Amino acid sequence: MATMNELYQNMILDHNRTPRNFRQIPDATGHAEGRNPLCGDQLDVWIKQDSAGRIEDVSFEGSGCAISKASASLMTQAVKGKTRGEALALFERFHALVTGRAKDQEKLGKLDVFSGVAEFPVRVKCASLSWHTMKAALEQEQTVSTE
Amino acid sequence: MPAIRRAAEPPSRQATGMLDVRADFPILATRRHGKPLVYLDSAATSQKPVAVLEAERLFYESTNANIHRGVYHLSAEATRLYDEARERLARYLGAEYPHEVIFTRGTTESINLVAQSWGRANLSPGDEILLTELEHHSNIVPWQLVAEPTGAVVKAAPVTDRGELDLDGFRKLLTARTRVVAIGHVSNALGTVNPVREVADLAHGVGAVVVVDGAQSAPHLPVDVRALGADFFACSSHKMLGPTGMGVLYGRTELLDAMPPWMGGGDMIDQVTFERTTFAPLPAKFEAGTPNIAGAIGFGAAAEYILGIGREAITAHEHALLEYATAAVADVPGLRVVGTAEQKASVLSFVMDGIHPHDIGTILDDDNVCIRAGHHCAQPLMRRLGVPATARASFALYNNEADADTLVKALHRARELFG
Repeated sequence: MATMNELYQNMILDHNRTPRNFRQIPDATGHAEGRNPLCGDQLDVWIKQDSAGRIEDVSFEGSGCAISKASASLMTQAVKGKTRGEALALFERFHALVTGRAKDQEKLGKLDVFSGVAEFPVRVKCASLSWHTMKAALEQEQTVSTE
Repeated sequence: MPAIRRAAEPPSRQATGMLDVRADFPILATRRHGKPLVYLDSAATSQKPVAVLEAERLFYESTNANIHRGVYHLSAEATRLYDEARERLARYLGAEYPHEVIFTRGTTESINLVAQSWGRANLSPGDEILLTELEHHSNIVPWQLVAEPTGAVVKAAPVTDRGELDLDGFRKLLTARTRVVAIGHVSNALGTVNPVREVADLAHGVGAVVVVDGAQSAPHLPVDVRALGADFFACSSHKMLGPTGMGVLYGRTELLDAMPPWMGGGDMIDQVTFERTTFAPLPAKFEAGTPNIAGAIGFGAAAEYILGIGREAITAHEHALLEYATAAVADVPGLRVVGTAEQKASVLSFVMDGIHPHDIGTILDDDNVCIRAGHHCAQPLMRRLGVPATARASFALYNNEADADTLVKALHRARELFG
């Protein structure tokens, strides 16, 4: 059984307290709103892609639990500079990590702090909300729900 | 039809002091990873005493048959038990007649029944449905659903920062166009006890009908629908120690009699031809199809169990516990109680600086402490109070001071973890 210290690792607590890229992007090329109607979490993700389709800037704002906020913060750091395809592939690997389907040899760097989430099935949607929203922003869907 | 005898409640097991009924609830003896269950989510659903579990089991083991149909003994006995459950609920709520108690799937269905049956028959364009900002979604959305096709307008009376109904604000919104006042007796999110009698008198003064959402009051307070001035009163079995999937709608006879059926089917008819169908009298008119017979019997057993302990004793026990817990959580750094109404039932809603309620819920679960975290199906209220969500501990007759102590210890642990 994962302990609370394994779920709430220092990096998660730090990004919860001081989320990175917590702002809007006025000249964004993509934006989407993510909602978890069951618990009331909501966040916005903005993305700015350059002419080659690379994610030049990405940001978020919103309210939610430590898992969802830290995940959004670390998501923005992880996908910045990536192409659309690379970002979506990373989402796949992240999703495998938090649902306990990741292979041992796959390391996701900082994102590995979310490995404890796999033992808390009701919190998986907290960790993945910002990623679903990022994907929607890339695809220019207006709202996305994790329910 | 015979009127219900208004029996005085039997003397409580303990007139003063704390109740001790924990042995009646088998789930309280369970452990998770060696830690005893501290169940503080009774506002979401209550635990079940042996009396209820046995009533359902006995029915299935020895009396199971469909009701109102068979000429054989077993069916007659099942029918008798089902009718007896209705009489028990009628007595519990203070209804004048058993036929004023309609079995439903729960509070939500009960309110939808009123909105769809009474509402569609009586609401016209421009008519007003007055709610309060304290309402659960189940006392908001059914009214929106009937407002749309009838052209009626939904309004909400304001609440104060303490989470009390603003009676002056309510009076201002009450007009000659107000046809319905729908109000929760006790707020599920904050525990506020609304002044229903006062609201009902005001509502009746403009000719409105009063619909009371009693989901959170029926388990905790002595409820008397006539003393409350309720034209309709809805509550759920599962929140008052009974099985899930059951509830009742109380309605005054003259209102229910005039209302069209809501659902059609077996058991609710008088004569059926392809040209025209006439309907059964109350309560069958509103109970199409084979009902949840065992559920009704279990619900009746729950009502009897509660009356056997005494609702005054339960109210006193829970009030003492709420005061104890409210004082104890004040020592947790950065914790703020949300909802500080003068009249409160056993709900303690709170937020903590820098820790989201969901994280509080997860950390408490590690100590096998079960609380609710979220918007409590009351998003307009959360917006009004300026919080995205709260953590909510709610108490029942089977909780004790040790439960509150474990809660507070776990909250300190959450504080330490998050800094």
